[in-house]
Amino acid sequence: MSNEIEAIKDPGLPAHVHRKADTDPVAEKRAERQVAILFLISALGTLLFIFAYYFVPEDSFVFFPALGNTNAHQLFLGLGLAIALFFIGAAAIHWAKTLMPDEEVIAMRHTMRSDDEDREALVATVKERAGAAGLGRRSLIKRSMGLSLGLIGLSPLVLLRDLGPLPGDDLTKTSWEAGSRLVTDPGDRPIRPEDLEIGAVAQVLPELRGEEKRHLSDIAKDAVLLIRIRPEEFQLSPERLSWTYDGIIAFSKICSHMGCAVALYEQSTKHLLCPCHQSTFDVPRAAKVIFGPAARPLPQLAITVDSEGYLIAQKPFTEPVGPSFWERSS
Amino acid sequence: MTARERVAGTVANYVDERTGAAKWVKKNLTKVFPDHWSFLLGEIALYSFIILLLSGTFLTFWFDPSQREVIYDGGYEPLQGLHMSAAYASTLHISFEIRGGLLMRQIHHWAALIFMAAIVVHLMRVYFTGAFRKPREFNWIIGVGLLTLGIVEGFLGYSLPDDLLSGTGIRIAEAIIQALPVVGSYLAFFAFGGAFPGEAFIPRIFTVHVLLLPGIFLALITVHLMLVWYQKHTQWPGPGRTEKNVVGYPLMPAYMAKAGGFFFIVFGVTAFLGAVASINPVWLYGPYNPGQVSAGSQPDWYMGWLDGLVRMAPPLESYIFGYTISWNILIPGLIVPGILFTGMALYPFIESWITGDKREHHLLDRPRNVPNRTALGVMSLTFMLVALINGGNDIIATTFDLSINQVMWFSRIAIFVLPPIAFVITKRICLSLQRADRELVLHGRETGRLLMLPHGEFVEVHEPISPELAWKLTAHEQAPALALEDVDARGVQRGGRLKNKLRKRISQAHAESIAKPTLNDLKEIEHH
Repeated sequence: MSNEIEAIKDPGLPAHVHRKADTDPVAEKRAERQVAILFLISALGTLLFIFAYYFVPEDSFVFFPALGNTNAHQLFLGLGLAIALFFIGAAAIHWAKTLMPDEEVIAMRHTMRSDDEDREALVATVKERAGAAGLGRRSLIKRSMGLSLGLIGLSPLVLLRDLGPLPGDDLTKTSWEAGSRLVTDPGDRPIRPEDLEIGAVAQVLPELRGEEKRHLSDIAKDAVLLIRIRPEEFQLSPERLSWTYDGIIAFSKICSHMGCAVALYEQSTKHLLCPCHQSTFDVPRAAKVIFGPAARPLPQLAITVDSEGYLIAQKPFTEPVGPSFWERSS
Repeated sequence: MTARERVAGTVANYVDERTGAAKWVKKNLTKVFPDHWSFLLGEIALYSFIILLLSGTFLTFWFDPSQREVIYDGGYEPLQGLHMSAAYASTLHISFEIRGGLLMRQIHHWAALIFMAAIVVHLMRVYFTGAFRKPREFNWIIGVGLLTLGIVEGFLGYSLPDDLLSGTGIRIAEAIIQALPVVGSYLAFFAFGGAFPGEAFIPRIFTVHVLLLPGIFLALITVHLMLVWYQKHTQWPGPGRTEKNVVGYPLMPAYMAKAGGFFFIVFGVTAFLGAVASINPVWLYGPYNPGQVSAGSQPDWYMGWLDGLVRMAPPLESYIFGYTISWNILIPGLIVPGILFTGMALYPFIESWITGDKREHHLLDRPRNVPNRTALGVMSLTFMLVALINGGNDIIATTFDLSINQVMWFSRIAIFVLPPIAFVITKRICLSLQRADRELVLHGRETGRLLMLPHGEFVEVHEPISPELAWKLTAHEQAPALALEDVDARGVQRGGRLKNKLRKRISQAHAESIAKPTLNDLKEIEHH
C-alpha cells in the first residue's frame, strides 16, 4: 500500500431523475391546469385593484383581527395589487418547476486571464501607439497638459462656492439680547414668574420686534427651556445663581451634543434628557452632563424681570448654543 | 413554417442585419446558471431597486420638494391650520387625497428596507462562502459601494417628507458635518445654504435622491451584473462540480421563468406589506420644528447601528488653541464606520495576503471549512448587533422596564467584550462541525437501530453515506499555512521581519482545520 494520500473521488454528476409531469400525461395536464389557475388568480387580483380604486369609498373602514380598524380603500387596493403581482410570479415559477426542462447541464469556464500572446501584442501596440504620439518625449506637452487638467478640476469647486454663505458669527450669536422678553412657544405671550409653578417647564423664545418674522433657523438657536424648582435646591456658583430668578432657571433647549431639542424633563430627579442620544443634564447643577455622549452642559441664559414683572433676558447667551464646531473656543 | 414563425423570423432578421446580435443572443440564451436559494438574495436587492424606481417615480408626480412655508388645509383634520413646509404638506396630500398614494408611499418605504436588508444578507452570503475571492474582487468592492450609497440614499429618502422625525435626523447629520475639524462649519453652511435648517436643503437632497444617486446606482448595478454574467456565477461544491465548469440550468426557458417570476413574487410581497403594514406614518409626527422632538426618535434600521455608536460614545471633546474637536461625534460617526467599511472593502486582498493564494476560485466554501473567516464575520456582525441594540436603547428600556443607563452601560462594555467572544465560539463551532463531517464520512450515518451482539454488547448500526455526500463533505481543499522564511534562498535576512512574523501567525490561525478524511483513512477503517 502506498503512503500517498488519496482524496475521496468525485462520483460525477448524478443521473437525472425525471419528474412526474415528464413521464405521466395526467400529471402533466394537472400541472398545466395549476399554472393556468395561478394566472387566473392574478387576473382576479387586478380586477379587485380596479374595483377598489373606483368603487370602495376612501373613507370606509373595515375591521380585521390583528390589523384593527383599517381603511378599506387602501387595504383592498393594496391587496388587489399584491395578489395580481404575486400570482404572476407563482404561476411562472410553478410552470418552470413542473413543465420546463429541468435537466442540469454543464458548461466550461474560461480563466479571466488573456493568452500570453494577446497580452504581449497589447503591450507592443500600446508602446508603439504611445511612441507614435510621442508621449514619452514631449515633456513640455505632458507637463502643460497635467497643469491644465489639474486646474480644470478646481472649477466645480469654484462653482459650488455659492451654495451657501460663510458662517460668520451665525453659529455664535442668537436673537437673545439684554432685555429681550421671554414669550411662550407657541402663543408668543410674555410670561411672568408667577405663571410657572414649582416643577413646571415652559418653552420660550425671544419676543419679536415689530414686523419681524420668526424663521425655523431662529428657533433652531433661540429655543429656551424655563424650569422652576425650589431656590434652595440650586447648587450653583454665585454668578450662575444670579442668572436665575426666584427658582426659575433658563437653558438653551438645543442639545450641546447634536442639536436635538432637549425635551424630556423628569420632575422627580430634575434631570433633562435628550431623546436623540440620551444625554442627561442635571438642572440644579447648571445642566451639568451626568450621562450620555454630550461633553458640555446646556448653555444657561441669564434672566430677570422687567419693571412690568415680565421675565426678560439679562444679557445674550455667553457661549454659542447647539452642537460643537471647529471655531468654538471652549 | 407557421405565420407566427414567419413574423418572428422577419423581426429577428431585421434586428440582426442592423446589430449582428444573433450570435451573442444564441450563445447567451443557453447560458448556464447554478441554482441555490442563497443566490436569490442579490436578486431580491435588484428587484427591490426596480420597485423603488417605479414607486418613486409615481411619488414625484405629486411631491413638492420645497421648504416654502404653507398653511395646511388638506384632508387630515388634526393638522389643519398648521404652518408647515410644502414638502410635508404634499406628503400628506399624497397620503390622504391621491388614491393609491399612501399605498405607493408604503411600498416605496418597505422596498427601501427590503433593498437594504437584501444587500446586507447578500453580502453575508458572499462573504461567508468566499465568493469574493479572485476573480471577483471588483464586484465585492462595487457591492460595498452600493451598500454605502444605499445607506445614504435611504437616509435622504426618509428625510424628504420634512416631518418632525426626519427633521431630527437631518439635524443630527448637520451636527456630524459641523463637527468636522477645520472645514465643518463651512461645509454645513454650504450644504444648508446658511444656518440650519434654512430653505435649501430639501430641494437639494431631492435632486440627489431622485437623480444623482439613482444614476450612480444604475451604473454600478449594471457593471455588477455584467461582471457576474461574464465571470459566470460561483457554484457550491458537489458531485460533478469543479473549478473549471459550471453546472446548472440554461437561461431559456427555466431560469428566465424562475427569475422573472421571482421579480413578481418580490413585488407582490412588497405590495402586501404596503397594503397591511403601516410604515412611517408622517401625519402622526407633525411638521418639523427645531424646538421640538418626539420621544423614542429612531432612524431606519440600516442607520440604527450608527445612531447606537453615537449614543454610546464617551463625552469627549478637546479644546486646543481655541479650537474644538468633538471626539464624541467624530469617533462613532466617522472614524469607526470609516475603519469598518474600508476594512470590509479591502478584505479580499487581506485574505489573499494571509493565505498567499492568487488562484481563481469558482467553488464556494462551506463556512465551517474556513473557520477564521467565518469567525471574523460573526465577530463583525456581533459588533454591529450590539451597536444596533444600543440604537434602540430607549425603546428597549421602556419595553423591558430597564433604565436607559443600564442598557447603555451594557452596550458600552459589550461592544468590546462580545465580538472577541463571538470569534472564539464561532471558530470552535466551525471546527466541531468539521469533526462531525469527518466522523460522518468515516463512520457513516447513525441509523438509530440497536443491535445486540452474541456476547450481549449493544452497538448502533452505522450506514455508509452516499459517495455524492462523501464527496461534498471532502471536496474542499485544506491549504497549509504560509511557510515564510525569515531569510531568503541565499541566506540573506529579509526586510520587514515583524511584518513577516505577523503574517505567519495570522496564516497559521487561518489554516487551522480538522484534517478532512481521505481514501486512506477509509481503507484503514475497513481493515479493522
